[in-house]
Amino acid sequence: MNHLLTARAQMGMSLAFHIVFACVGVAMPLLMAIAEWRYLRTGDEVYYTLARRWAIGTAIMFAVGAVSGTVLSFELGLLWPGFMKWAGGIIGMPFSLEGFAFFTEAIFFGIYMYGWNRISPRAHLAAGLVFALSGMASAVFVVIANSWMNTPVGFKLVDGKPVDIHPLAALTNPAALHETIHMTIAAYIATGFAVAGIHAFMLLRDRNNPFHKKALAIALAVGALAALAQPISGDFAAREVARLQPIKFAASEGLFESQRGAPLAIGGIPDVKTHRLLYAIDLPDLLSLMTYHDPHALVRGLDSFPQHDWPNPLIPVHLAFQVMVGAGFALTALGLWAGWLLFHDRTIYSSDWFLRALVAASPLGIIAVEAGWVVTELGRQPWIIYGVMRTAEAVTPMPGLAASFVLFTILYFFLAVVVAYLLWEQVIESPKKEEATAFAAASGR
Amino acid sequence: MSYVALFFVAGVLLISLTIYVLTGGADYGGGVWDLFASGPRKFEQRQFIAHAIGPIWEADHVWLILIVVILFTGFPAAFSTIMTDLNIPLTLMLVGIVLRGTAFSFRSYGSSDARTDRRWSRLFGRASLVTPLLLGTTIGAIASGRMPESPHQLSDFVRPWATPFCASVGVFAVAMFAYLSATYAAYECEEPTLREDFRSHAIASAISTGVMAGVVLLLSVHGAPIIWRGLTNRIWTWPLFWMTAILALAALYALWRRQYRLARFCAAGEVTLILWGWAFAQFPYVVVPNLTIYNSSSSPATTYMLAGALMAGSLVLLPSYKYLLEMFKSNDAFLGNRSFHKSKDSTV
Repeated sequence: MNHLLTARAQMGMSLAFHIVFACVGVAMPLLMAIAEWRYLRTGDEVYYTLARRWAIGTAIMFAVGAVSGTVLSFELGLLWPGFMKWAGGIIGMPFSLEGFAFFTEAIFFGIYMYGWNRISPRAHLAAGLVFALSGMASAVFVVIANSWMNTPVGFKLVDGKPVDIHPLAALTNPAALHETIHMTIAAYIATGFAVAGIHAFMLLRDRNNPFHKKALAIALAVGALAALAQPISGDFAAREVARLQPIKFAASEGLFESQRGAPLAIGGIPDVKTHRLLYAIDLPDLLSLMTYHDPHALVRGLDSFPQHDWPNPLIPVHLAFQVMVGAGFALTALGLWAGWLLFHDRTIYSSDWFLRALVAASPLGIIAVEAGWVVTELGRQPWIIYGVMRTAEAVTPMPGLAASFVLFTILYFFLAVVVAYLLWEQVIESPKKEEATAFAAASGR
Repeated sequence: MSYVALFFVAGVLLISLTIYVLTGGADYGGGVWDLFASGPRKFEQRQFIAHAIGPIWEADHVWLILIVVILFTGFPAAFSTIMTDLNIPLTLMLVGIVLRGTAFSFRSYGSSDARTDRRWSRLFGRASLVTPLLLGTTIGAIASGRMPESPHQLSDFVRPWATPFCASVGVFAVAMFAYLSATYAAYECEEPTLREDFRSHAIASAISTGVMAGVVLLLSVHGAPIIWRGLTNRIWTWPLFWMTAILALAALYALWRRQYRLARFCAAGEVTLILWGWAFAQFPYVVVPNLTIYNSSSSPATTYMLAGALMAGSLVLLPSYKYLLEMFKSNDAFLGNRSFHKSKDSTV
């Protein structure tokens, strides 16, 4: 692998690893707060046990998220010093706000995790809500920083240097709104369905366990509601990308040729040599209709742009886009199924097939998030700042980057295995009635 | 432009670094004492340390992230040079940060047997030793003035930090963090025999810190000449030396007399003065010898916005942080008892 590709691989690997833990850090506090709120409302100790048990898993994930996030904040400079020197003063604003939001999150994480016996139940629930809100806020700010790389504004370019900098304009860049909405919802989907799948799995083994029933209900409620909202935000995001980054849009749709009445391609593999999308199912006029609400609208394909501005590699952008949309719609369908079961049977626990589907769909939300970031990041290449700075100009001169890439890959692989094992340990033991009583006794409630 | 905002940002950077050393540094020190726990009560020592840093280390750690963010927002050119030239020690430091944090959490929350606990414990301890060593080395390199402007071959990435001076700053950081940690533990611990253990740890590391301060100072004559000149040639030089020495001796005396509250205050003051002595000696350089707070700073608009954001952020952050520390560090009997007799259930 050449120097630039190694640096990109390390950054990509670090992001792909961190995003899983970041999603959990955004959504789990909400799930725990709901469980704790249900406990305070109903006095049912199973809810209390649930909040405590979720807290253990969350604490493990949060620690890994905190340190892998630290790695990323350093890697911005370790791998891309040219970018940070140029843009640090412009994107520093969202990062500073993210710093404060994450600080708040870490503080209330400590209070929530260790404060069960030290503050009143209401104060504890409030700490959980602050934990949840600040987690969401830090995700929003960090995504704003990323969105600026897609739609850089808030400066004038003079002799290749930014002058007349407006940090607020950078903070409200055109891509900020759709990216933050889409990612925030995605975090709730990914976590909600991952957790729901785990508890569905346990319910299939132990059909009447009240712990897993309640856990499933809360996780699914959050995940399914988010999954029902996501197609709307996805539609908005796609139309914004078409407007703001037409190359990325063409690459994700696999559209080589600019045309009126452009078809929507389902599946397919882009062939960079012949400039054709192979093996795709084309739905005529649909892409034009969805993008511009007009079946005859002109959609710009990759051929409107010089090939050296195309994402490289190109193929994964379209594939990842298909995976993201497919996984997303599968989860939306599951959300609808849940709604139908609730309407028809008055319960979501009645259908074995539904529970099995939830187990199978458990990783889909996380896969969709990973695929979505592949589209965002690979789709922006060869630019690190879209239209302004090439990724190759930003990379560190440090030789031998393969060493750090291998080092972090091994490290993260090791951590992934350990985390998976520890979570499995937590999950596999269904809490018994005695545990709820023990927790309640320990808290003096 | 007005220098007020610029000085404010630089000041917040220094204050954040100080708080990071006083809180996050002590958490690393806790890990060092976990590694070097000894005597008949080593299990209890480890348990106490785990309980003391459990609720707070993640929040303490965020000071480091804040430092990085202020540095790249406020002084992007300096950030870029540091991250380029010191790629190797910083990368290794990150590995240490990752292993320290995860090993600690895995030990705390995993429901594993004693042998696995010991393994995580060893990893936690070693990472807690190596990370400050590399942090100190990095700071030493920033102060040395050997950072090349456009490095390209491997030796350019080794030369800035592979010096006796940088190594001595690394060891100094470890000694200082261990000293802070043992002094805090002696203050917070209520169990008399355990407290004596931490007291002797604190005295030993206080002396090591003093010795290392001397070594670093001597090596700086050649290793970091600008710092050496700054430390010896300014109007505040002698008052600062005297104040630091008085606080160091007072901390030692307080530890000897078992006045732990005073000891904690003096130790924290001593470390603060050491940091500020370095910072003021280095002023106005961010990275010696080419980048100052003037020529490496962002545009005035960014500096103003950053200063505003830091002020607004502090309004949220500082009360919350204080609330967290008070909740877990206040020393009333109830919390003291609880913090010692912990079981896994009641901590999570």
